[in-house]
Amino acid sequence: MSTVAIAPESALMPKRHYANVRHSVASWLLTTDHKRIAILYLVSITLFFAVGGFFAMMVRLELLTPKGDLLDGDTYNKMFTLHGIIMIFFFLIPSIPAVLGNFLIPLMVGAKDLAFPKINLFSWYLYIIAGVVAVTALVKGGVDTGWTFYTPYSSTYAKTEVFLAVSAAFVAGFSSILTGLNFIVTIHKMRAPGLTWFRLPLFVWAHYATSLIQILGTPIIAITLVLVAVERIWGKGIFDPSLGGDPVLFQHMFWFYSHPAVYIMILPGMGVISEVITCFSRKRIFGYEFIAFSSLAIAIVGFLVWGHHMFVSTQSTYAGMVFSFLSFLVAVPSAIKVFNWTATLYKGEITFEAPMLYAFGFIGLFTIGGLTGLFLAAMATDIHFHDTYFVVAHFHYVMVGGMVMGFLCGIHYWWPKMTGRMYPPLLASIAAALVFVGFNCTFFPQFVLGYLGMPRRYHEYAQEFQVLNVMSTAGASILGLGYFIPGVYFIWSLFWGPVAGPNPWHAKGLEWQTTSPPPTFNFEEDRPIVVEEAYAYSIEGAESVS
Amino acid sequence: MSNVPLAPEQASTIAPKIDLVLYVLTGLSAFFLFAVCAILVFLAIRYRKGTKVNRVIENPDAKALELTWTIIPTIMGIAVFVWTALVYFEYSRPPENAMEILVTGKQWMWKIQHPNGKREINQLHVPLGVPVKLTMTSEDVIHSFFVPVFRVKRDVLPNRYSDLWFEATKTGTFHLFCAEYCGTDHSRMVGQVVVMEPEEYELWLSGANVGVPAASAGEKLFTKLGCVTCHEGTSPRGPALKGVFGKEVQLQTGEMIVVDEDYIRESILNPQAKLVAGYPPLMPTFQNQIREQDLFTLINYIKSMSDEQNAKSGTTS
Repeated sequence: MSTVAIAPESALMPKRHYANVRHSVASWLLTTDHKRIAILYLVSITLFFAVGGFFAMMVRLELLTPKGDLLDGDTYNKMFTLHGIIMIFFFLIPSIPAVLGNFLIPLMVGAKDLAFPKINLFSWYLYIIAGVVAVTALVKGGVDTGWTFYTPYSSTYAKTEVFLAVSAAFVAGFSSILTGLNFIVTIHKMRAPGLTWFRLPLFVWAHYATSLIQILGTPIIAITLVLVAVERIWGKGIFDPSLGGDPVLFQHMFWFYSHPAVYIMILPGMGVISEVITCFSRKRIFGYEFIAFSSLAIAIVGFLVWGHHMFVSTQSTYAGMVFSFLSFLVAVPSAIKVFNWTATLYKGEITFEAPMLYAFGFIGLFTIGGLTGLFLAAMATDIHFHDTYFVVAHFHYVMVGGMVMGFLCGIHYWWPKMTGRMYPPLLASIAAALVFVGFNCTFFPQFVLGYLGMPRRYHEYAQEFQVLNVMSTAGASILGLGYFIPGVYFIWSLFWGPVAGPNPWHAKGLEWQTTSPPPTFNFEEDRPIVVEEAYAYSIEGAESVS
Repeated sequence: MSNVPLAPEQASTIAPKIDLVLYVLTGLSAFFLFAVCAILVFLAIRYRKGTKVNRVIENPDAKALELTWTIIPTIMGIAVFVWTALVYFEYSRPPENAMEILVTGKQWMWKIQHPNGKREINQLHVPLGVPVKLTMTSEDVIHSFFVPVFRVKRDVLPNRYSDLWFEATKTGTFHLFCAEYCGTDHSRMVGQVVVMEPEEYELWLSGANVGVPAASAGEKLFTKLGCVTCHEGTSPRGPALKGVFGKEVQLQTGEMIVVDEDYIRESILNPQAKLVAGYPPLMPTFQNQIREQDLFTLINYIKSMSDEQNAKSGTTS
């Protein structure tokens, strides 16, 4: 499979590491080791990804034909609602932060663990409680409000398990807040000697910005969801006008969190890309400060653009203009990142391992996702595109083309660190290509569908939209296969994968200076001391930098 | 494959303007995407491991480059923003002389009422070349009125009026969709917009199913509901309504408010909310006692009382 000469296993694979110090189930469920908690998250979010993926599959199958022949209207509505709720609250938001962030931030800053290991475990339990509540809602008949829970439909009219679904999102929010808090304190207080702010890996900066949004934004959605429950259960008028409430107020409160949440779902992916691009082009990152500060700029300006979800909601024209203007501005820091990653390749020594392929995929798809965001920030075109398949395509390009690609990129990059073993590289590259092709076939036709005017959340549709819908469903089957293959070879790798050694990619960064997998307290000897910039890669024969 | 449409027709005056913004944005986006991808692929191939190329970096300081690719997109973004905001501004202001049609959304149908009282369901007949303003409200949840070929869309809210205007430029039958998710049959809350030559529209209007003209129906309601006892002439119990529409009145709180559709609506359904200064809180609520369409008829009647007043004062002065 691979021609790389492998050193004797005993030399590379440590006898005792975090994953095998103890074996009992209790030792996993009561662990305070950030690395074990990351693995708990990895297993749980993968299960939720499979459930959310199943709902996506049902949606795509139903849309093969214009008539609603596979599912009835109510069932279809539950399918897309559950797809959204599960993918957003139970996969995307925790994906990179809770798995890779959890595993890597203490390693990257040279610490033994996160600042609050027990709170870290508590976060996972909150996530699981939320997950159990969500599954209960599903089993008891599902929920049909859309993941956006717009009032007064959700608060008064829907006859489904809205309360349980809202409670699930509420509890999951606290898990997210506590994880963010843990990261912020760790990054501030626990950096190794010599590891100044501007020597931090950009992955850490990205998580710092993400954590800020998590702790500042999530309480708003929590309050909003409580208010929906209050109106639903006690009939207090907050959002339903027949009770004296205001339905548009809900949209303001909802998007005040949910727009920044989009950045919770993309910034960590950007962090992964900065690590991978540098490693596989053996180059320092181009424009370190610009990438670091653009993360913060996104986190801050991202809080001021929520009204671009409401241009046709009867929001005042002038308010709309302010939101539109700020939305154009928030695109700039993302563009800066893309330009800097591209420039990093210049005069590098580039290799094309699977993580690098995912990183290239991320840049292309995220660029499309970002640029199509401008069509929705522009008020004139948003009138037409709002609530059509154009929006569906746009946010899947950012969330799936961006964050899921980023997640797969990161998992492939740090898998040897997490497990001590390699996966089959050729198969991984084929899977990366399948994901890229399948993704574009699935979602590109949806831009055209949206321009033609097909509204989202439609169970039945007009005849002329069928060809593009069939293309989309066909693409989804390729995408599904692309996601399935890594699942298989990762499990294979756990048992039979070649031993990786501490630093199979010859990468920089503290996480690569310890064994793979790392010991429970991360570094065998004393704390590492940092004496150089991040990404201090060098290429032989190119050292003579003036 | 040849019968797959790639663009919707343009059938309103605003559609080509919105499409022009769209074409320019598409052009700019395609340029940026192509540039990024081309440079990425070029660099990836040229500097792949094993090639014999010069890898010595001459000038590691790149502030100028950073500033360039920050400032240029910012300026382009602001330019597009200004243009698109101007187009939106036009879209958000119905012309003064627009013909007014009432749209009521409810799960899961569209109810339409024309100025002469003619009603239809899930179909909207409009004349070609005449600005049409839809005054819209919902009887239950939020809906959204969307006509792709006109490139117009606006949410339809319960207990509030929103408006939407367009001027059709093509005759034919076009899709009407509900764009805001509203429950079980959201995808069946669809209909047709039929654009006709103005003469044909007149003929159609005077055809079958003509109701009572909104204004005279309004007069009947005004009497039947007893509004007339307190709101006509100079009564100490309630403010006179003639000529009041569109004007400012002072409330008991001292605040000034413009009398518009939403204020009249609120005052009928919840009379004590914003009392006009100098009048006692006598009026009973009509919440749940008046149908949405009757409410609109009544408001239209109160508006027409003002129009007469304006017309008279216009001729005498």
